Amino acid sequence: MEVSILVFLAGGLFLGWSLGANDAANVFGTAVGTHMVRFWVAAAVCSIFVILGAVISGAGAAHTLGKLGAVNTVAGAGMAAFSAALTVYWMTKLGLPVSTSQAIVGAIIGWNLFTGSPTDSGSLMKILATWVACPLLAGVIGVLLFKFTGKLVTWAKLHIFRLDAYTRGGLILAGALGAYSLGANNIANVMGVFVPSNPFTAFGGSELFHFTAIQQLFLLGALAIAIGIFTYSKRVMMTVGSGLFPLSPLAAWVVVVSHSIVLLLFASQGLEHLLASNGLPTIPLVPVSSSQAVVGAVIGIGLLKGGRGIRWRVLGGIASGWITTPIAAGAICFISLFFLQNVFNQRVFQDHAYVLSPPVVEKLAAQGVSSASLAALKDRRFESWAALEEALGALDTPQPALEKTTRAFAMIESLTVARSKLNRLQGSSFSLEQRAALRAMIGAHFLHRWRFEAALAEASAAWRSLALTPSNKLANRQLEDQREEAYLLFRD
Amino acid sequence: MAVQLFKRTKQLELKVDEILDLVSQSAMAFDQAIDSYMSEGVSERFNQRLEQVVALEARGDKLGLAVELQMYNETLIPDARGDVLTLLEALDGIIDSFKSVLFYFSTEAPEIPESLRPYYSELAKLSGAAAESLVLAARAFFRDVQTIKDHLHKVHYYEKDADVLVTKIRREIFEMDLPLANKIHLRFFAERIVWISDMAEDVADKLTIYAIKRTI
Repeated sequence: MEVSILVFLAGGLFLGWSLGANDAANVFGTAVGTHMVRFWVAAAVCSIFVILGAVISGAGAAHTLGKLGAVNTVAGAGMAAFSAALTVYWMTKLGLPVSTSQAIVGAIIGWNLFTGSPTDSGSLMKILATWVACPLLAGVIGVLLFKFTGKLVTWAKLHIFRLDAYTRGGLILAGALGAYSLGANNIANVMGVFVPSNPFTAFGGSELFHFTAIQQLFLLGALAIAIGIFTYSKRVMMTVGSGLFPLSPLAAWVVVVSHSIVLLLFASQGLEHLLASNGLPTIPLVPVSSSQAVVGAVIGIGLLKGGRGIRWRVLGGIASGWITTPIAAGAICFISLFFLQNVFNQRVFQDHAYVLSPPVVEKLAAQGVSSASLAALKDRRFESWAALEEALGALDTPQPALEKTTRAFAMIESLTVARSKLNRLQGSSFSLEQRAALRAMIGAHFLHRWRFEAALAEASAAWRSLALTPSNKLANRQLEDQREEAYLLFRD
Repeated sequence: MAVQLFKRTKQLELKVDEILDLVSQSAMAFDQAIDSYMSEGVSERFNQRLEQVVALEARGDKLGLAVELQMYNETLIPDARGDVLTLLEALDGIIDSFKSVLFYFSTEAPEIPESLRPYYSELAKLSGAAAESLVLAARAFFRDVQTIKDHLHKVHYYEKDADVLVTKIRREIFEMDLPLANKIHLRFFAERIVWISDMAEDVADKLTIYAIKRTI
């Protein structure tokens, strides 16, 4: 393992630590803030379930490399993670429940700006819209659930001590589930970028016990999160639990459950599949911030109670944190990348080379680009997108509208299905049929990734996308992840 | 662990229920003790009731301490812990007052004129009834907060009746042809008895606030 990888891995671990210090407050903050669960109990339960979630369920989501996937060098990824972590740490120091996802989005945009890579404005707008929709929805769910719980408790006529015991149990249970999903969903943000340069190897070959390299990497990240929970999360827990609005223990439970429902609505592929397979309309899967969900639910309950107890100054601090977080993370990332590249001589961005090979021209022609206009550029290799863009611009009939497709088809992402790499299939998520198709392609070399994917689809139905219906969405997304995994396994 | 937690919770519920039973029982024993004093003076029957109240008070103290310790050690009901402790202490104070009034009768054996005896019995009944209604309100606070008002208004009703009666007793005492020392002595006993209903009313006022806190 290279020493530099270890250094950049530290950036990811720092992000893990910050995530633990900040996001653990979302699942246990109200429980600890209302003195229903002791901090050490909350920290222990949270840590155990974060680790379990990361190791057991985290690997499934890892192939997409999380939201940092676009950052294509370890140095760049490490610095993006470090910038996000530094921002989260700074906000945590102020005791504000900041959104780790926001910090990461900010850092990626910082990386995009520094490297001149395009930022997908559609995705960005979608993410920005959820920063408004998520707390609102959490507030509404919080109010409804609070009213329902109040009626239920009145009806059940529970003894005050019995109600206390149930609330305590409910808080720990909801917190444990929240911690599990925190580990499963966020570990890709922390460690996902290091998957291609994973220094670990799998061990324990039996059916019962098999510890893959990715799981070991994620365990390391989860341990960083756990250390963050134990060492630094108490202050944010107190802000969430009692600083914003004095919550009753029952309201604390309502907040945790509302936050989990919001995350589930926006993040559950299973729920989407269930709705789709029953012919019901689906909810778009968008990454949402758990911090915003918790704050939204607390404020919702506060408003239901007349709004007089809400500490607007604290809320103002939190809301301003939501604006400054992505901006600060982006700025820190931009400046740090400058130093990393120019002072420490590290490669923070890997630009791809492009070639308008005959299959590319043919593909573009099928998309409506006149092949005659591209004839002048046929088979020419361009070392960067900027060079190809310039050449395209100089053509008699420029094709700016097709920038995205040209970029995707002409990009050189060469790979070889080498026999020496076949042993890596053992720890993969591929089915037997998919593996057989890959084995049958031994020795094949591809210049473009889309050509490899087309060959896979031709070789086996197991690699073919299903018809674009809502009920097939989940299966197609899984297949997309598997194609990404296959590319990462065999790329040159 | 969860089974253990619910077992401990059940035990705690039983302890609180028992404390409330003790208050109710001491109210009844107090009432009977005053009745027997009015008919027989410090008799064996009176002493039996006095011993009964002393034992109930001792048991109440022990249970109250156990509940208090468990609530603090296990940081139970953090939002209502202070209220519950104040309530239990106030209920313990009421048993204590029953005991101390009976001790005063036992040690000072006041000579109550025949004409006033029914009033003293009635006053003891009103104070006891106020305490018993308070116990019902406290039970509602622990289990069914919506019905607490049904009992609290009775506490106020009995306390008001007791106030009217004690004024009547005072007036009659001071209209009697008795030495001043006797008059003051008789007044002291009437005021000690009515004081219990005042205590019950104070706790009822607190319970009204605690109930509002529990419902929001």
